[in-house]
Amino acid sequence: MALFDTDELVLNMGPQHPSTHGVLRVVLRLDGERVVGSDVVIGYLHRGIEKLCEHRDYLQIVLLTDRMDYVSAATSNLGYCETVEKLMQIEVPPRARYIRTILAELQRIASHNLWLGTHAMDIGAMTVFLYNFRERELVLDLFEDYCGARLTYNAVRIGGLPLDIPAGWDQKVRAYCDLFESKIPEYEELLTHNRIWKERTQKIGVISAEDAIALGLSGPLLRGSGVPRDVRKDEPYAAYADFDFDVPIGTLGDTYDRYLVRVEEFRQSLRIIRQAIDGLPEGPILGKVPRLIKPPAGETYHAIESPKGEIGFFIASDGKSITPYRFRVRPPSFCNLQALPRLIKGHLVADVVALIGSIDIVVGEVDR
Amino acid sequence: MSFWVGDWTLITSRERLIELARRLRDDRDTAFDFCSDVTAVDWLARAERFDVVYCLYSTRHRHRVRLKVRAADGVSVPSVTALWPAANWLEREVFDLFGVRFDGHPDLRRILMPDEWQGHPQRKDYPLEGPGELLMENPLDWLKLRNEIE
Repeated sequence: MALFDTDELVLNMGPQHPSTHGVLRVVLRLDGERVVGSDVVIGYLHRGIEKLCEHRDYLQIVLLTDRMDYVSAATSNLGYCETVEKLMQIEVPPRARYIRTILAELQRIASHNLWLGTHAMDIGAMTVFLYNFRERELVLDLFEDYCGARLTYNAVRIGGLPLDIPAGWDQKVRAYCDLFESKIPEYEELLTHNRIWKERTQKIGVISAEDAIALGLSGPLLRGSGVPRDVRKDEPYAAYADFDFDVPIGTLGDTYDRYLVRVEEFRQSLRIIRQAIDGLPEGPILGKVPRLIKPPAGETYHAIESPKGEIGFFIASDGKSITPYRFRVRPPSFCNLQALPRLIKGHLVADVVALIGSIDIVVGEVDR
Repeated sequence: MSFWVGDWTLITSRERLIELARRLRDDRDTAFDFCSDVTAVDWLARAERFDVVYCLYSTRHRHRVRLKVRAADGVSVPSVTALWPAANWLEREVFDLFGVRFDGHPDLRRILMPDEWQGHPQRKDYPLEGPGELLMENPLDWLKLRNEIE
């Protein structure tokens, strides 16, 4: 008889675990410290937002979209409003489209800041977390100047924007871009060539391009695997068609590549913001919107690129009521999280933490 | 087949779904290799009340299409998880919230609601507000009770 048991061990990670970024539960089947199987249990934060939206009118829903991905609320606002505009064929004035683009890109930087900070802290780099939160604060200040809120902005309206930018805001954004550009090398100095960071992330959670497409991954996860897919480039919305920017892609599809892709996206976002500020057209900020928003009967699906991936809205209207008949969100975190059992298989428990961080989930959006 | 506000939609029958989906995925001119979304719409008044909607995208040609099948209550739809593994959780969500069953799905469990939950919340005849926490064990019993009193 063997001296020690060689059974598999079932370990419950979460729902309250510091590295799961919210209430996510992962049931791991372990052989020693190696993961042989896993099951992801979600739904702890399910608030029935889709059901609730089917009982609210079209303007009230903007507020609810804030509460899904609460670290990038402006992106969800934008995606929802554009879907309704597509359904009603509303033309958005160019100034509004430019400001929307600036907001969406500032939001992408803030979201990636939060991701990089927490992801690095999960792996053990505390300084990066403090640096990132220092810079994220600056973006939140800009949003506060623009709309008064720091987290749930409610910053986009159907047909345009609620507010024009305050006086001097464009100068502040420009100053922020210059400041932030000088801070990116600080993160890279701490991580990119750091031996510990490389050992913890390189060749961890490798996923090939074909598998990533088949599993429905989007955003930096898909680009990390070398697929140059970005909704901003492929199906331009807001004002992205007017700007020049690159889509960074990885080569191997591991955690390190996904990190490199996101850091490069910082720079590309700054490029877009600068072009948008320079070319900001004059004019109205709200298009011709009927007083009562009541789309004709029909349905549509519209997707935009959120910091996490493709966020899509499917809205069906019956043409008779002021509430959508069916409101559906395609949450990028939900679809990306689906790949977790695949990514963590064969890795150590410590890598599970790195991989949950690498997917960049917000449980508010996964569960809705 | 229909076209509206820039979106193409294909409507097919449950029997032909897998065959059509496979052709859409494998044909060189369509190449819909990316399954963005699977969802459902509950048209309560209709005999076949559910529309199951598949939003497809092609990473090669960068175009989209929506595929739709209709299903009555209690009728199951063939699962597309063998074609697009991405549909796994999405179909589970449709099952959880609408009660549409998928034939051939590897792991058809509830995903957002608790495992012992009764009823399917996204159906149009499911109430938005329940009776409070005490009776939430089975909101359908409560609904029946409320209708009898009225």
